[in-house]
Amino acid sequence: MSGLVSAPGVNRSRSTSAALGGLLRDHPIIPLLVLFAALVVLSELVRPGIVSPDWIGVILRSAVPLAILAGCQTLTMLTGGIDLSVGTVGSMAGFLVATLVSGPGTAEGIVFALLAATLAGLVTGIGVGIFRVHPLIMTLGMSLVVLGLANVWQLQMVKAGTHVAPELRTLGSQLLFGVVPLSLVVFLPLAAFILIGLRRTGYGRLLYAVGDNPIAARLSGARAWQVLVVLYVISALMAALAGILLSGLTNVASVTLVESSVLPSVAAAVIGGTSILGGRGGFGGTIVGALILTVVSSLLSSLGYPEAVRQVLFGAIIVLVAAAYTRVTGEH
Amino acid sequence: MSAATAPVDTPRARSGDVLVSAVQRNAWIVGLLLFLALLLVFTKLIQPSYGVTGVQGLAISVLPLALAAVAQAVVVISGGLDLSIGSMMALVSVVVAVLMKGQSETFGVVVVVGALLLGLLIGAVNGGLVVVTRVPDIIVTLAMSFVWAGGALLILPTPGGGSAKWLTGIVSGSFGSEWLPKAAVVLIVIVAVVWIPLRRSHLGLSIYALGSNRLAAFRSGVAVGRTKILAYAITGMFAALAGLSLTASTGIGAPVPGPYSLLSIAAIVLGGVSLAGGRGGVVGPILAVVVLQLISTDLTFLNVNTNLSTVVQGLLLIGVVMVGSLAQIRRSRA
Repeated sequence: MSGLVSAPGVNRSRSTSAALGGLLRDHPIIPLLVLFAALVVLSELVRPGIVSPDWIGVILRSAVPLAILAGCQTLTMLTGGIDLSVGTVGSMAGFLVATLVSGPGTAEGIVFALLAATLAGLVTGIGVGIFRVHPLIMTLGMSLVVLGLANVWQLQMVKAGTHVAPELRTLGSQLLFGVVPLSLVVFLPLAAFILIGLRRTGYGRLLYAVGDNPIAARLSGARAWQVLVVLYVISALMAALAGILLSGLTNVASVTLVESSVLPSVAAAVIGGTSILGGRGGFGGTIVGALILTVVSSLLSSLGYPEAVRQVLFGAIIVLVAAAYTRVTGEH
Repeated sequence: MSAATAPVDTPRARSGDVLVSAVQRNAWIVGLLLFLALLLVFTKLIQPSYGVTGVQGLAISVLPLALAAVAQAVVVISGGLDLSIGSMMALVSVVVAVLMKGQSETFGVVVVVGALLLGLLIGAVNGGLVVVTRVPDIIVTLAMSFVWAGGALLILPTPGGGSAKWLTGIVSGSFGSEWLPKAAVVLIVIVAVVWIPLRRSHLGLSIYALGSNRLAAFRSGVAVGRTKILAYAITGMFAALAGLSLTASTGIGAPVPGPYSLLSIAAIVLGGVSLAGGRGGVVGPILAVVVLQLISTDLTFLNVNTNLSTVVQGLLLIGVVMVGSLAQIRRSRA
């Protein structure tokens, strides 16, 4: 993307600051990693002794569902879209599994939840891809539909009751050796799949192409609607996965569980350098973005600030980071 | 939506032509009105007792979302988007409730004026950040929604406070005829006093110009940054009015934002405002809010599960936008 801008000869002739600027433009993940490291150091400075293996494990564990949800936003934002339905789709999936555990079983529940998510994603994809409904509206409408249906299902299942399967609790919350969250078993293959998929596969390149210049993409033979339908199915499946992990982590099954993570997931993708206008960004930055947000909220709560102050600072930090990022990468 | 397709009036158009072109220009609004009329007839058929109380309840319950939709419409017409409307409403609502509790009625007037100024100010902060940082509108306002909601929580941790009697009186009951609820009058007055002069002013024209083509607006001398900030400020002021209406209808302030930011986007799209900016008005969105509310009332009358009415709202949103977008695809192919 921006690799074209800085031929080596050009950089040498400029001052070091310009060279540094070029370096930052080419590898926007560097300032993010610096910021992340700074936040970890800051945490240790304000609360000495807080950075321990246990702390790292807890941070990673709560960053995993957020990073997956932010992955949904990253992929959809690459095409110039957004997915506001991740909250209800994810909650629905976690809830569905919890209602089916005591009946059909956990595995069946997960299969059923993933099927339901696929269906929701398919409808969204058809709306966005074929009927060209604005993604914001389409995913907003779908989230109302999914929430309503999940509530109807909840009334049906009142007698059966819900409980989060012990296997999912282990998967979502267990820390191996006190440091490594077990949920990485799900996350690492998924992250590798997305990172390699975006860089090395034709489909990944198509996502960038459709978002960067839809007309050019069409003229060079890309069928945008197929790309988009598949995209929103992938996004819904990832949201379902995140919802199931989050219900395991929190030991809660509710039809609104993931709702509060929707806006942070958009923020994580943006802080990670994905442009909401499409065509620019990647999942690597998004993972760091999710880590940064998790450390920030952990730092704010460890300082003992009330919820209100935490929210204010959280919002202010997002604006600051996004503004600094826009400056550094020279994006307009 | 239909403004661009309206034929150019010939100088000596006959009165019939004028009428036809007025209908064509406002096709979306006329359609919404017809739909609303059908819906009212349908409501009366399924619930013969629906009458004065029903209409008054309808007017009071649509007021906050209708004002939120007007707020969203202004900023979207200017080419932006505001995800912090719900939070701004919560902030203004708690500020008003805290200041009014136990104070005199006249002090309440000061508070209301202050609330509107507060709305203008926080809206301008949103707009200023969008202009200065060059971060996309949706991101800035998303982040600011945390800031304003946090501020509301800081001022009033749990629902409470109070409201001046005249403020609660202004939205309940009826005005003149009992078929004319005060809440509806308030809405009409606000639109007539604020929106109509604004739309005809230089600023209003600049807002439309900015939304329909930023570069063209810039080249024709529109102060792009200033217009954007002012559009956000006006949005903030309408959000403040929506927040006031929350306090007025409940008598207290609630610090947790309702789902108004997202619902207002749904309402303006149903009301014929283009998300791309530059097209639409505020009457369509208000009608859309009334239609949405009446549909969910009807579903209650029909004993449909309330959760299914959420589904219906979602499907309606998708369906209407789909039809609109199909029509556009067909036009662009023709």
